[in-house]
Amino acid sequence: MEALLTQVDKKIRTTGADAVLKSLIAEEVALVFGYPGGAIMPIYDALYNYQEEIRHVLTRHEQGAIHAAQGFARATGKVGAVMATSGPGATNLITGIADAMIDSTPLVCITGQVGSHLLGSDAFQETDIISISMPVTKWNDQVTKAEELPEALAKAFYIAQSGRPGPVLIDITKDAQFEEFDYQYKKCEGIRSYNPVPQLDHEQVKKAAELINGAQRPFVVFGQGIILSGAEEEFKTFIEKTGIPTASTLLGLSALPTDHPLNMGMLGMHGNYGPNKLTNECDLLIAIGMRFDDRVTGDLNTYAKQAKVIHFDIDPAEINKNVYAHVPVLGDCKEALTELIRNVRMNSHPVWHQRFKDYEKVENDLVIGEQITPTTLEMTMAEVMDSINRFTNGDALLVTDVGQHQMVACRYTRFNQSKSNITSGGLGTMGFCLPAAIGAKLGAPEREVIAVIGDGGFQMTIQELGTILQTQAQIKIVILNNSFLGMVRQWQQLFFDKRYSSTEMENPDFVTIAKGYGVAGKSINDREDLAHSIQEMLNHKGSYLLEVHVGKEDNVFPMVPSGASVSDIRLS
Amino acid sequence: MRKTFTISVFTENSIGLLNRITSIFTRRHLNIESLNTSESELAGVYRFTIVVRTTEDQIKKLVLQIEKQVEVLRAVFHEDDDTVFQEIALYKVSTKSVADGNLVEKLIRDNHARILSMEQDFMIIEKTGHKEETQELLRFLKEYGIIEFVRSGRVSVMKPMNESIELRKRISNF
Ligand SMILES: Cc1ncc(C[n+]2csc(CCOP(=O)(O)OP(=O)(O)O)c2C)c(N)n1
Repeated sequence: MEALLTQVDKKIRTTGADAVLKSLIAEEVALVFGYPGGAIMPIYDALYNYQEEIRHVLTRHEQGAIHAAQGFARATGKVGAVMATSGPGATNLITGIADAMIDSTPLVCITGQVGSHLLGSDAFQETDIISISMPVTKWNDQVTKAEELPEALAKAFYIAQSGRPGPVLIDITKDAQFEEFDYQYKKCEGIRSYNPVPQLDHEQVKKAAELINGAQRPFVVFGQGIILSGAEEEFKTFIEKTGIPTASTLLGLSALPTDHPLNMGMLGMHGNYGPNKLTNECDLLIAIGMRFDDRVTGDLNTYAKQAKVIHFDIDPAEINKNVYAHVPVLGDCKEALTELIRNVRMNSHPVWHQRFKDYEKVENDLVIGEQITPTTLEMTMAEVMDSINRFTNGDALLVTDVGQHQMVACRYTRFNQSKSNITSGGLGTMGFCLPAAIGAKLGAPEREVIAVIGDGGFQMTIQELGTILQTQAQIKIVILNNSFLGMVRQWQQLFFDKRYSSTEMENPDFVTIAKGYGVAGKSINDREDLAHSIQEMLNHKGSYLLEVHVGKEDNVFPMVPSGASVSDIRLS
Repeated sequence: MRKTFTISVFTENSIGLLNRITSIFTRRHLNIESLNTSESELAGVYRFTIVVRTTEDQIKKLVLQIEKQVEVLRAVFHEDDDTVFQEIALYKVSTKSVADGNLVEKLIRDNHARILSMEQDFMIIEKTGHKEETQELLRFLKEYGIIEFVRSGRVSVMKPMNESIELRKRISNF
């Protein structure tokens, strides 16, 4: 593979293992998440010499390490670095790699591999991690000679973070780690076969601007692309100049402050009423840095058929993949928006905007009001989130797991600044939250990190409480306990005649478990304890676990039933 | 409507890329009709020729997914009219059964086939052509008893000149 490389270090004689660490330092990696084992021991041994430069966070499971690296990457915008041993160490990374792939998160995973003379011999802890990870990595490579290491790592970092980011895996045989060679690091600045950022076509921007200038009922739907490209300011300027109402995908949340007057909320299956309904009434749909996931579009045959579609994306494979784009604009959206702003007219759409407001009122009256000030005895997830908002004022960084609590937390949390919402979107990985929150906090220590988790998902990576104990990362954990695998139970109730097959949970005493790991905590059942307990949690120095018992059989609404049209969004 | 398409993929030579490319098909439950890899006229550039039956809509998406792979320089697809393509077939038949009268001569002449090897008890016939043509000869030889048959994957070059120019441009721009 032909690549452009620029020298950053001078030549020195060293081992492959040492070269890995020198390369990480050259890439400005200061934090690595991982777990040692036989095939990666030379690298861990070398790590011992670099404790000043590189902090290694020992998680309690490789899945914890990779989700932590994802949390780190999403909170900082930098590449997350992960290390694991061969065989089970490497395979334990796979869920996180797949998650990072579908959510476009930049990661470099380094796995140890058995000695090159043993490859293919079913040696102890040998797995073909290159083949296993192939469909879920942006790129991967196996290194069997020390001299190949610097270039492989340089490419890995370049590929992981350029264009549409994604996870990369470098598998290093043990002999390559031991081998001595003349090390020299050159940063990668280009690869012949790889065009990460398509060149912006000015004509396409002009065409887009024309459609926007002529539209009566334009609607902007935006995704994580805004955050990944760092285009938050340009995006705000664009919508303010054109006065176009906007709504976010799950991963786009926090790219635009929740309170912005043109922010109409969230799209998709559990998104807001207006944005879903009005997708099928707009005359122009402007998609920016989003990929029309099926959880956003519902039935494609009835999705925005009346509208012209403009699609801004960096990945050519996303254009026309799910929704036909009348005007595709390929390129980095920061650059595209900068140019677009110059070409669009100052405008406002008061009547159209009011339509969103009208639906918002309906949703408030029929759903949100009852959710945040419930008349039921049991607490709701929404009132917990609403209460948290009152204390954080939208300044916290929210990390969620997967399920009902995720949808509720994302719907109800206020966000003031970008990179404040970290969740597993495309893969929907239960167990993501706790380790991702640790990674986010270690990456952005200045931020208040609140991990909102279901009782089910918490137990998928509960062992990472040990990582909190060891790193003293300060995280506020809120368990929304409904004693059910709530989201699955909701589907069973709505679509499977209430046959609650294997979804009820007998749960342990979470507070006692937390205590065992040195994490303070409390469990509450009553509404009157909610506000002061949240305050207590936020005031607590150190990590804290607050378990809130919520209604066992509450449902998340609105909801677009799976496969239905966004127009058929249900309020109950 | 499903049609036959030939995909030409130009890549950096790299271990595992074949796996990456085929998994794009298997993931979508698509059958690869044939696949060939070879050098190309460009130094260090490899060429995959993949034949697949699918819809126009799907092939467009598929090719973009292939081109998205880091080590792929370019991927394009064509219908049969826009390519010149060939396949090669080898037939092993019993010498005794075909060696009677004018049969061999007729067979070679009519089919533009040739004999690659002749042994005491078997002979190997080779024919290049499109699938229908090699299939036709297969049908014919079956009557005389066929011991072995194999057909290669398609190799194909594209007719439109702009494609070759575009590829060269990409490489020389680097
Ligand atoms: C690893 C994994 N396994 C299974 C699922 C399917 N699933 C989606 S939501 C859900 C229930 C989650 O329950 P809980 O963590 O208690 O959260 P709740 O929905 O009750 O808020 C399940 C099992 C999943 N998303 N991820």
